Amino acid sequence: MMRFRRYETHLTMAQKLWQVSWGLVMLLALTASIGFAMLYSAANGNWDPWASKQIVRFAFGTAVMLVVAVVDLRVWMRWAYLIYGVGLVLLVIVDVWGSIGMGAQRWINLGFMQLQPSEVMKIALVMALARYFHGASLEEVGRITFLIPPVAMVLVAAALVLKQPDLGTAMMLMLCGGAMFFLAGVRVWKFIVVIAAGIAAIPVGWHFLHDYQKARIETFLEPESDPLGAGYHILQSKIALGSGGLFGKGFMQGSQSHLSFLPEKQTDFIFTMLAEEMGMLGGLVLVGLYTLIIAHGYGIALRSRSHFGRLLAMGITTTFSLYVFINVSMVMGLVPVVGVPLPLISYGGTAMLTLLFGFGLVLNVYVHRDLLIGRRGADDF
Amino acid sequence: MHRDNDRYKLFTRRTALLAGGKLLLLSAIAGRMYYLQVVEAQRYKTLADENRINMRLLPPPRGRILDRFGLPMAVNQQNYRVILISEQAKDIPGVLDNLGQIIRLSDADKRRILRETRRKRSFVPVTVRENLTWEEVAAVEVNTPDLPGITIDVGESRFYPYPGESAHALGYVSIPNEDELTGDPLLELPGFRIGKAGVEKVHDVVLRGVGGTSQVEVNAFGRVIRELSRQDGQAGADVRLTIDLGLQRFTAQRLGEESASAVVLDIANGDVLAMTSTPSFDSNAFNKGLSGREWRALTTNPRSPLINKSIAGQYAPGSTFKVCVALAALEKGVVTPQQRFVCPGHLELGNMRFHCWKKEGHGWMDMEAGIAHSCDVYFYEVARRVGIERIAAMARRLGLGSATGLDLPGEQNGLVPDREWKHAALKSPWQQGETLITGIGQGYLLTTPLQLALMTARIANGNLAIVPRLTRGIATLRGEQPRRGTVVEPLNIAPAHLALIRRGMTIVCNEPFGTGFRSRITEAGYEMAGKTGTVQVRRISKAERETGVKKNEDLPWEQRDHALFIGFAPHRAPRYACAVVVEHGGSGSKMAAPIARDVLLAAQKRGSGGEDRAGPVAETPPDSAGGSRPEGRS
Repeated sequence: MMRFRRYETHLTMAQKLWQVSWGLVMLLALTASIGFAMLYSAANGNWDPWASKQIVRFAFGTAVMLVVAVVDLRVWMRWAYLIYGVGLVLLVIVDVWGSIGMGAQRWINLGFMQLQPSEVMKIALVMALARYFHGASLEEVGRITFLIPPVAMVLVAAALVLKQPDLGTAMMLMLCGGAMFFLAGVRVWKFIVVIAAGIAAIPVGWHFLHDYQKARIETFLEPESDPLGAGYHILQSKIALGSGGLFGKGFMQGSQSHLSFLPEKQTDFIFTMLAEEMGMLGGLVLVGLYTLIIAHGYGIALRSRSHFGRLLAMGITTTFSLYVFINVSMVMGLVPVVGVPLPLISYGGTAMLTLLFGFGLVLNVYVHRDLLIGRRGADDF
Repeated sequence: MHRDNDRYKLFTRRTALLAGGKLLLLSAIAGRMYYLQVVEAQRYKTLADENRINMRLLPPPRGRILDRFGLPMAVNQQNYRVILISEQAKDIPGVLDNLGQIIRLSDADKRRILRETRRKRSFVPVTVRENLTWEEVAAVEVNTPDLPGITIDVGESRFYPYPGESAHALGYVSIPNEDELTGDPLLELPGFRIGKAGVEKVHDVVLRGVGGTSQVEVNAFGRVIRELSRQDGQAGADVRLTIDLGLQRFTAQRLGEESASAVVLDIANGDVLAMTSTPSFDSNAFNKGLSGREWRALTTNPRSPLINKSIAGQYAPGSTFKVCVALAALEKGVVTPQQRFVCPGHLELGNMRFHCWKKEGHGWMDMEAGIAHSCDVYFYEVARRVGIERIAAMARRLGLGSATGLDLPGEQNGLVPDREWKHAALKSPWQQGETLITGIGQGYLLTTPLQLALMTARIANGNLAIVPRLTRGIATLRGEQPRRGTVVEPLNIAPAHLALIRRGMTIVCNEPFGTGFRSRITEAGYEMAGKTGTVQVRRISKAERETGVKKNEDLPWEQRDHALFIGFAPHRAPRYACAVVVEHGGSGSKMAAPIARDVLLAAQKRGSGGEDRAGPVAETPPDSAGGSRPEGRS
């Protein structure tokens, strides 16, 4: 029989802060610092234009994270659908009108920063799905009709993102959504059906892809076929990474990165630059840090007594780990180039903010680990 | 609660599954990293180096060409040009369009550039345009971010300070043709030029030098970041000629607009002190490239500016050949100097009549008088007695009938006829009448101005059969290596006979009845000796002889007689020999002799044959007594 203690509903803010998993916060800060160092190197020994801004964003984001952590978990649950709705609206806005950057409409220019709605949706979708499944019993989860609303939530969000066009993030949304479904207890055979349908739909879907997206997949399958065109990025990434060897070329000595052979070295390919300069050792250290963060997330999820908390924590952690894995695999040529940033390290405002917001939610789950939440979000069940 | 328990258990199971999945992915990542960074590390290191390291060929500066006193005749000048490296430009037509908005690029230019990029290897630069102005350079430099693959290159290009006067001797440089590419990578560099004519061609290999290599680190745009290592090549060696630039310029300006040639030799060693051919051309223009119109103008000009008349113009020597005939007679012993023949104005041989240039005839002539008056009948008589074979042999001993072997391309052999030659070439036997005509330097005889000068020099030297040479030495860092010509053999002509001929030539110029008297050098100690020559280029019909032979001034230019003169100075102790040929000049004494006078006087005053610095390089020739002031050449 599970032993539980009655949750003191009113912990003060200070006490809540004390409850925050400072170990996780330390890990996040440590990882981000590696990011700062890499951005410093990417700018050839300058804090500008990247490292300084990133530090500011991280500081701001940490403050946001802690605020998010100490707000009552039930507040987040209540707002989950609202936040999802806001995310959808933002996506529609950016599809209709948005500043054009990098050849795709993905940002809304707010003046002081660029807001990327697809990043917001990452978190919002997790929150909404966690809320939906929190109130579900196992039998309900088994019913297909019950699953239609959450599937719709995922598909609508993914479709809007796909329209930008942003194939990478759309696929991530669907993968994360799928993970949430999996954790919520949807039966495995349903997954098999969906995957089979997906495979069958590939020829159809191929037709709908943009040319450059097709080129990316083709180049992925055979990068040497077009070394100066589409396959250039991956080839250069592998060269830079491989030439780093075991111990790397030394901090700020990454010749391929610094001689402009490696494109996007401050965003998508920043892991390559790290591996070039710090070698396999450095790469494994970073991957190890990520693993520890993920492990913390898992632990927090398992420790939580509310289903919303568990799903939320796992959802955020799974999203995080997916991004890590996809980015690192991409720069090493294991998956096609999809333009996915490396969390906490790649230069980017919205990504950093939403990520820290997400970890704020994870910390929140930990702070409220003993809170029991009823089906309707009240204290009863 | 049960619900929650079940849910929780399921959740835990599924979480564990996900965790297992994550670990799998993690090992995949670690494994891939190991593969790339350990197993394939060397290969990627090599690729990384190949990315960033470029080998560059460093063209060495071309050797200069100097005159005998070290004055520069061909040098190098800085030249800005735009080059395109096709492996750095992904969209070449687009880049060219962009570039065309900054500097003028015709469609023909663009087509040529596209052709060359296809033909050459992708890292070898293609020249887009040379000789840019500074404004154009600045405009291109400012726009380089929008012009991938385009860079400004500073090179050196050949420059001739005195293009008109030195063009034929020096030649010119230009881009090698397909068949001239020997595989030396230097030849494929943009704008690299090799010698195509003249000294530039003969000594092209030493002038070219040896290319160096430089290993540079480049970034992805091909921009050089730093040099990693360098292997210096070898600068081209300077070539020093025997020519005295001051004398050369003087001579060219003195010849003016005529279609003419003048050669001055040092009698002691055969050094070519001056060798001019007019009209000339602008060899600097060949560097920039001639338009079709300019090229046609050069090739269709009836005065043949592209031909070096000194070595390629073949003319009948006319009366200048008489000194050779007289020598042949003396050596054979068939005629003594005092022996006299009468000239009534013509000579009958069989049923043919051979005329003297003086219709009334000269009366009784001995050898000195015959030479001084240039009496044709006297020499008909002498030639008849000597015979063509002896005449031909003497001509060859004096340097006629074959190329002198001068280190310059394009030298013609001339022609000294004899029985064997006529049999082989014309398949008919020799006629005695032809001996007579040969005796006055017409008929089948052909000589170049260089050969005429050589003949004069050998007569003046008296001892050795000197050989002309143009290159004095090749100067590398190790010092100047002198160029020794072929071994010089003795002349083997009796000195007394040579002295006699020289005396005759002295009389030609310094006695009032000599044909060259009017053009004598009056300054004491500088007097010259020589022989005039006037060569018919058309046939004079019998009818015309009856009515009166037309004067040269009444004839169109192409039908006028050629004017020739050979001479040496100072006549007491000769140092310089000179030959002047003015095509269609009319009269040797009126046209060619005054030029020779001025040239020989200048040579003596300058001390052209010396080792020390000669007199100043004059812009216009000095005023000489009795001479006509020549037109200044532009």
